[in-house]
Amino acid sequence: MLEFVVPALNLKAILPQLILALTALTVLLVDVFAGKDGKTSLGGLSLIGVVAALVTLFLSRGDFESAYAGMLAVDGFGFFITLIICLVALLSILVAISYEKVCPEIRSGEFYSLLLFAAFGMSFMGSASNLIMIFVALETMSISIYVLAGFKRDNLKSIESALKYFLLGAFASGFLLFGFALIYGAAGTLDIVKLGSFFTAHPDLLHQPLVMGGVALMTVGFGFKIAMFPFHMWTPDVYEGAPSVVTGFMATGVKAAAFAALVRVFFVAFAALQTDWTTIMWIAALLTMTVGNLIAISQTNIKRMLAYSSIAHAGYLLIGFVVGSEIARSAILFYLLGYAFANIGAFAVISAMGSKGEEYNELSDFQGVGFKYPMLGLTMSIFLFSMAGIPPAAGFMGKFFIFSEAIKAGYVWLAIFGVINSVISLYYYLGVIVRMYFKDPEREISIAAPAGTLVAALSLAAFGVLQMGIFPSYVWDLARASAKMLM
Amino acid sequence: MFDYIWLVPVFPAIGVLINGLLGRRIEAVSKHLIHWIACGMIALSFTVTCVIFYQLLQLPGDQRFYQVTCLDWIQSGVLQTYIAYQIDPLSMMMAMFVIGIGFLIHIYSIGYMWEDEGRYYRFFVYLNLFMFSMINLILANNYLLMFLGWEGVGLCSYLLIGFWFDDEANAIAGKKAFITNRVGDFAFLIGMFLLFTGLGEHGVWSLQFSEVFTHVHYLSQSQATMICLLFFIGCTAKSAQIPLYVWLPDAMAGPTPVSALIHAATMVTSGVYMISRSNVLFSMSPFAMGVVATVGALTAIFAASIGLVQNDIKKVLAYSTVSQLGYMFLGLGVGAFAAGMFHVLTHAFFKALLFLGSGAVIHSMHHAYHKVHCHDDPQDMRNMGGLKAKTPITFWTFLIATLAISGIPGFSGFFSKDEILWQAWSSPQGSWILWLIGAVAAGMTAFYMFRLVFMTFFNECRAGEACEHIHESPPSMTGPLCVLAFLAAVGGYLGVPHALGGSNLFHQFLEPVMGLGDGKLLHDATQAASHGVEHAAQAAGHLMHAAAGHVAEAAGHAAEGAEHGGESMFMEYLLMVVSVALACFGILIAYIFYIRKREIPAALAEKYSFIHRLLLNKWYVDELYDLVIISPLRGFAYFLWRGVDVGVVDYIVNGVARVVGWGSSVVRYIQSGYVQSYAVSVVFGTVVLLAYYFLKAL
Amino acid sequence: MIDNQSVYLAISIILFVIGAAGAICRRNAIVVFMCIEIMLAGVSIAFVTFSRANQSLDGIFMVLFVMAVAAAEAAVGLAIFVLMYRKHGSIDLDKFNLMKW
Repeated sequence: MLEFVVPALNLKAILPQLILALTALTVLLVDVFAGKDGKTSLGGLSLIGVVAALVTLFLSRGDFESAYAGMLAVDGFGFFITLIICLVALLSILVAISYEKVCPEIRSGEFYSLLLFAAFGMSFMGSASNLIMIFVALETMSISIYVLAGFKRDNLKSIESALKYFLLGAFASGFLLFGFALIYGAAGTLDIVKLGSFFTAHPDLLHQPLVMGGVALMTVGFGFKIAMFPFHMWTPDVYEGAPSVVTGFMATGVKAAAFAALVRVFFVAFAALQTDWTTIMWIAALLTMTVGNLIAISQTNIKRMLAYSSIAHAGYLLIGFVVGSEIARSAILFYLLGYAFANIGAFAVISAMGSKGEEYNELSDFQGVGFKYPMLGLTMSIFLFSMAGIPPAAGFMGKFFIFSEAIKAGYVWLAIFGVINSVISLYYYLGVIVRMYFKDPEREISIAAPAGTLVAALSLAAFGVLQMGIFPSYVWDLARASAKMLM
Repeated sequence: MFDYIWLVPVFPAIGVLINGLLGRRIEAVSKHLIHWIACGMIALSFTVTCVIFYQLLQLPGDQRFYQVTCLDWIQSGVLQTYIAYQIDPLSMMMAMFVIGIGFLIHIYSIGYMWEDEGRYYRFFVYLNLFMFSMINLILANNYLLMFLGWEGVGLCSYLLIGFWFDDEANAIAGKKAFITNRVGDFAFLIGMFLLFTGLGEHGVWSLQFSEVFTHVHYLSQSQATMICLLFFIGCTAKSAQIPLYVWLPDAMAGPTPVSALIHAATMVTSGVYMISRSNVLFSMSPFAMGVVATVGALTAIFAASIGLVQNDIKKVLAYSTVSQLGYMFLGLGVGAFAAGMFHVLTHAFFKALLFLGSGAVIHSMHHAYHKVHCHDDPQDMRNMGGLKAKTPITFWTFLIATLAISGIPGFSGFFSKDEILWQAWSSPQGSWILWLIGAVAAGMTAFYMFRLVFMTFFNECRAGEACEHIHESPPSMTGPLCVLAFLAAVGGYLGVPHALGGSNLFHQFLEPVMGLGDGKLLHDATQAASHGVEHAAQAAGHLMHAAAGHVAEAAGHAAEGAEHGGESMFMEYLLMVVSVALACFGILIAYIFYIRKREIPAALAEKYSFIHRLLLNKWYVDELYDLVIISPLRGFAYFLWRGVDVGVVDYIVNGVARVVGWGSSVVRYIQSGYVQSYAVSVVFGTVVLLAYYFLKAL
Repeated sequence: MIDNQSVYLAISIILFVIGAAGAICRRNAIVVFMCIEIMLAGVSIAFVTFSRANQSLDGIFMVLFVMAVAAAEAAVGLAIFVLMYRKHGSIDLDKFNLMKW
């Protein structure tokens, strides 16, 4: 029926991902054969793997190419997403090593290998160029994270978090898959580049129900992963219940990976339909950021608050998505990286707020932290400033790039709503800082002294945030160079 | 060596960093180290300046121009600004004497501030910071960097006026200086914006001097006038002219070296420097020039009149400074930019000397009072007298400076002041009224300066038992006095006018910079037919030449054309004699009033008590400003605070916040916590999306 | 006359909707998960149908992956359900409402 060509084995194209996967497997093996003492080295081992992946990522950065018969697009976009994912994984592992004190359950090989598998999946989502590939990568990521969310097996919230994420995730995957099926029915291919050229070549077929339904259902599937309104409902519950380090990981990594896939599918495959999906995404962006910011105001749990804030950030990112120019896509990449640094940093601080078995997640627990634990207070302030978009932090430059591009492209109202939302968000971000520095503690909390790895993670994240905020040109140039996609 | 010009500002900056960051520790170890660092940095800076100045002199006149770009500063769209310095006769002349006098005053401060425990290092940090800012102001090759220096010196002025901030009066004086200067800075900024956009309309997006001045003809007459007037408002604040001069007399609250350095010799003349620098721009607007000249002349006589009756030794000098600055602006306003700058130079010498001398007097008085535990005011001249014998070096140097400022022939002030007066008479922008005002003010200057000398150094000592304890200041203070006295005496020979057989070196030196301005004005002058026709043709012809780029040469010829008028030479001698006569007359009256018949001043004050009180209270200008500007502004501010801000804005803001908070507390309940209700929301979203897309498909 | 493809597509949509409705309405976690599997079955039928119609194998490969992933999900899901039962003594979804608002 069809000739079958065995594609060339292009290892160079997938070297960083390969290293991530191999490290994950090695960690599992070591976990089996190492004794009790050996388990403490698992974190270090995964760390080495991620660093190796980062190094090879830069070393193997080459020309644009399509690898494995069109399954993978080795391009700047994938490179930048993989960069974000590797940094996220690196920071998460650093935090996790110190988090073992608070949550002893994670001192096992599964934790680190699941984290690495998830990173492996995320990274492939960024460069997947075929819907099959996107689905497989997405599920690799999701299934790992379902497990990670429920890793605190004795904690009711953690179980509930895993349950909700699992059921809703599987539910949303169904929609995504059905969307794939309808598009496949209409165009006869699952290859994103071929889909793009097919739709450009057949404008008359664009508005048939199969395509429209497919686009709608795929919007649902991706919208669920990036926490777009009204598919965002799972976010607060899952983020609140999951172990803090996992929350930081999924709030940044999943969002980056899902956004990457969304951008690639919609700008490469559905470029011809841009006028159709722009309007609905405009509304979605507005509602997403408004709902996120609005509900965040009245939260009392900091993880839940940051969950709503991450919904709002998805809204800001959607503004860049709606604008859609190449500069706007660069702005999305820049924003994702800045957001990743700030958010993972914030969750690192939260995960440091605890001692054996107990975490201090209420906002009132942060009262007086600024002076009692100056390092935590200072870095937390930097991260919150960044998320609020106050200079000289990365978040400011990210918002600046996105909003200014929106204005240039004529989406003045969207930019105005974005700015208004930023103002609203100041209330709850600064609220934390006010509590840290200007209020006296309500109850005694004892925090384990921050481990070296935690200090390293906090410093790295703070450095990233400030570097991108004060000297944005390096990362911005990188993002500008990366935003070119293989089409 | 030109490429190392950046060293000049960098040395003081290093001093600031070392003493500023480690000063407290260094002072604990050794106080000497502090001033070695601070003075050493200025000395190094001065050495570099001297070398560059020497090299500049080696070049032929029309090649004395060099720019050095050190750093990118602001790169934003069309605005490209660099930290870049310009070496030309004007900037180097200014740098030479500013850094030179700055160095002397640093030395002097060692003795003067020695007993200030714990804040010694801070004083030198501020002084070094001031030098850094001032050097940036002078050497800048664009308006923005100049403005940075302009603001920097303003900041240092504020910090140093309020240096002894334990006394609230000093802090208030500092604030007054700062706020008054803000008014001027605002105008300067607006002027800069107008210049930038005005030239930008024609595609010249630049604030760099060389760029601006070659394209200045793009500006319309009204634009140029507007920009010049705004710049001049900036100058009235920085250089203490009517109406913004009020801060300078109060600024005497600072330590005396500060008064000498910042509020007499250097910073206050930066307005004059700025206008000289912009002479091409100002030459475009006769109206703005007229305003400059008029304001200058009025300030000169107005401040001199107040100086007549003041009793605080530093207040007299302060008003004298305001008055002398008025002279400089008078010179600029009639188009004699070089003459104005010449007066800046000579004034720097003798006024710095006067202030340092007064500082030495105050220092001696203070010590004497301290010994006998008396709390009388050491600055009040009524407590002094007879210091001639006790502080001889101070007296003789002071006398030289007084002769210079009074315009006695042979001393520096004579040459510069006389040149300004002559230009005020003869230049096309000038008139006999301007000359008359200037000449009368010169007479008044001679009077109050000798009044000061007589009251301080002559007659008997009026300090009571403290008299025995008055003695000369330490060598670190008298040394700079002697150097400055030498300069004040002979500094004027740099610019001996042609009328007296000199060659006016100073003019020649500045010609490449001032050329276009002077030349253009003289061009206007010749059109007014006050000179021979052939000179007009010559000047005009050369002016066109000037447009082709040979600015210096043309202006040189034009200047020649102006000065070789036949009878004008005789007129110049006549005016010279008149102004010297007026000065001598002033000295004579002072001699009669304060040595011979000392009852006369009191009797006069009695008889004309209204005028006396008016002058003593400085024409009630401060009170007037308070009534007309400050009080209404304060009332308006109170209304904005209580009425608008608290009543309306806060109400709205809090209301909005409350509504948002309420909305938040309601909306959060859509998040029920049941997993299946979340699934419903997914389905709901799906239905909406499907509906939207299917409607599109129809 | 309705062609075969439309019939199969209709079946797949019906299965999908049944699954979605079940996932929303049922309270037992395992039943809900089974309903989601029904949705995936609907998707698989659609893929196979289109694969046949388009004369390409992509759809069939996709179905293979869907089945593999469903198996993995089932493993993880059942583990979570066991954990729920141990902690709560029930797998009634209405009882898992600790985090809300």
